[in-house]
Amino acid sequence: MNGPVRSVAEILAAHPDRGREHLIPLLQEVQEAQGFVSREAVAELGAHLGLPSSRIYGVATFYNQFRFQPLGRYHVQVCRGTACHVKGSQGVFQAIKRYLQLEAGQTARDGLFSLEVVACLGACGLAPLICVNGEFHGGVDADSAVKILRRCRREAESA
Amino acid sequence: MPRIEANGRTLEARRGETLLETLRRGGIRVPTLCHYEGLPPTGACRLCVVEVDGLPNLVPACSYPVVEGLKVHTHSARAVNARRTIVELLLSNHPDDCLYCARHGNCRLQDLSEELGVRARRLPGTRRHLPRDVSSPAIVRDPDKCVLCGRCVRACQEVQGVAAIDMTGRGSGARVDTAFGEGLNVSSCVNCGQCVMVCPTGALTERSHLDLVEGALRDPALTVVAQVAPAVSVSLAELFGEKPGRDVDGALYALLRRLGFSRVFDTAFAADLTIMEEASELVRRLRDGGPLPMFTSCSPGWVKFVETFYPERIAHLSTCKSPQQMLGAVIKAHFAARAGLEPERVFSVAIMPCTAKKFEAQREEMLEGKLADVDAVLTTRELADLVRRRGLRLGDLAPEPADMPFGRRSGAGKLFGASGGVMEAAIRTAHHLVTGGELADLKVEAVRGLEGVKEARVRLGDLELGVAVVSGLGNARRLLQEIDAGRRDLHFVEVMSCPGGCIGGGGQPIGADPAALGARLQALYRIDGAETVRTAHANPAVRQLYAEFLGEPLGPRSHELLHTHYDARTVLR
Repeated sequence: MNGPVRSVAEILAAHPDRGREHLIPLLQEVQEAQGFVSREAVAELGAHLGLPSSRIYGVATFYNQFRFQPLGRYHVQVCRGTACHVKGSQGVFQAIKRYLQLEAGQTARDGLFSLEVVACLGACGLAPLICVNGEFHGGVDADSAVKILRRCRREAESA
Repeated sequence: MPRIEANGRTLEARRGETLLETLRRGGIRVPTLCHYEGLPPTGACRLCVVEVDGLPNLVPACSYPVVEGLKVHTHSARAVNARRTIVELLLSNHPDDCLYCARHGNCRLQDLSEELGVRARRLPGTRRHLPRDVSSPAIVRDPDKCVLCGRCVRACQEVQGVAAIDMTGRGSGARVDTAFGEGLNVSSCVNCGQCVMVCPTGALTERSHLDLVEGALRDPALTVVAQVAPAVSVSLAELFGEKPGRDVDGALYALLRRLGFSRVFDTAFAADLTIMEEASELVRRLRDGGPLPMFTSCSPGWVKFVETFYPERIAHLSTCKSPQQMLGAVIKAHFAARAGLEPERVFSVAIMPCTAKKFEAQREEMLEGKLADVDAVLTTRELADLVRRRGLRLGDLAPEPADMPFGRRSGAGKLFGASGGVMEAAIRTAHHLVTGGELADLKVEAVRGLEGVKEARVRLGDLELGVAVVSGLGNARRLLQEIDAGRRDLHFVEVMSCPGGCIGGGGQPIGADPAALGARLQALYRIDGAETVRTAHANPAVRQLYAEFLGEPLGPRSHELLHTHYDARTVLR
């Protein structure tokens, strides 16, 4: 995440082809550059591809990967892959949702936490697993997961 | 000609048609849900599945192209069982509140469950309890009642070219929604109500003004007046089980008096008034050089469509208010004074074939620092509901005339109910304004009929005008694209948001026979043909209003009361 954020206009300029099959790659690039897919980005994409915003939003919400709010200072990913599921990730996820008062895909109003569900983080040996800002925490349960998030909150408050 | 065998009978198919079409022509009924006449098939609901010999899976008849030699079993145990299970699944997370539902008795889901003999809740599902979207002044969405058939999405995108809603999410989280899940009122929705017309359940309904109107009718401090749009009298009878095309004009006025309205006026009178203003505006634009083409402004869905999608074309919209708003304005400004009433104590109700009229009545420019022109809008459907609430019936009443001073209309005003009617009425009067004489034949055949796009060249004395009549906003969008691409031969364009015009409006009977539209249309033509006064400028009531109160068309008082302005809308589109 170095350098200035690429604008949607810059991304679109690099894709002169306006075929609608480019929608998903463009959404991915926008999210990569800006951290999320904003209303403004959807409007610009729509004008470029000749697609209504409702259609773009419909396509984007089909996939878990797209976010419509900026990431929080702490981005929490909860693995819901098969191994994690077997090892109890549903309970971990519920506990985290309760603690953060967030649904998957949301960012807290104060911008501290964002919550994401991922299909597999590729570290099944550590199941069940959560990942905070890229740092893996393996073998968690509901209590220890919430403890990790409490620590993040304390850290932010003392900073 | 491919031949197929269905349930042991040989059927002649037509090349290129779907299996469902062949079966229906052959008199074999296969139940459908997501299928809708005039919309492309999607095969989403799978209710029309049939068994075909040699194929391992059931196939959806609605989207299966018919080919030579198919052997089809539409009601085999397997097909019927699949259908029943689909309905059971749809019901498993459906709110069990039929008794409180606006569509009770006119619901595709009820019909299917009846037809397939579903008599017990076999599959308990998880209810979603999603919030209703009550943000729109015209349309209410209840996602819990949605069965995800996608008919509203197709009507909005493919017929209307608006695309305010689409399928969002996935699997059990799928729902029909606006972009970013924002309310309809901040979306690109134009309130046309075509989604309501195709919704098989109670997921989409109009915002009801029934309680508001009943409250006003019971308030002794208020004088409640009604105006009735031209399309209503040729449609209402269908909601009381009569066949389409019967005009109940006089009985309708009688009915409204029984309901407690103090005065009943005819919106077709105001249509004549609109024509006086709009034809004058057209002639002035022709003389002053534009902006042309001038677009009609009586369809509030279309007006919002221009504001939303083509704000750079706002100057092309006629500044005339719609007949509803014009009549609302003269009721409070003129009728109230004449009758010795305080305008604040006059409650003005418009009965319209339209949901967007509810939106129009509360547009900001219509309210700025003054009394609302119109206080409540009832759709044709809501009027029928009100009649039933009072235990009245349409059939029993002897016809009565509408009240003066706004009770006389010309045949031209009545034509406003159909696509092409405003054009025909305007041509009749513009011809008079330009030449001083009358058209030899008042009937302008080229702009009649249910086609979505009609065009003609019209002579008004020395002037030759290019005119276009479109209905359905998808057609309007295509015409605007042609104009954007440089088309210059048009001077006057009539646009109605709904296919066929107001007779096909979003407030009309739901689930009507597809032939009903044509019957309503012919009824309007018959009424016009039988009128002694067939032009707006010959309407004595309109002349009197100008003489007594308004002055002249486009004059200062008209400008103040009968004209309006528009603004670009910044919404996600």
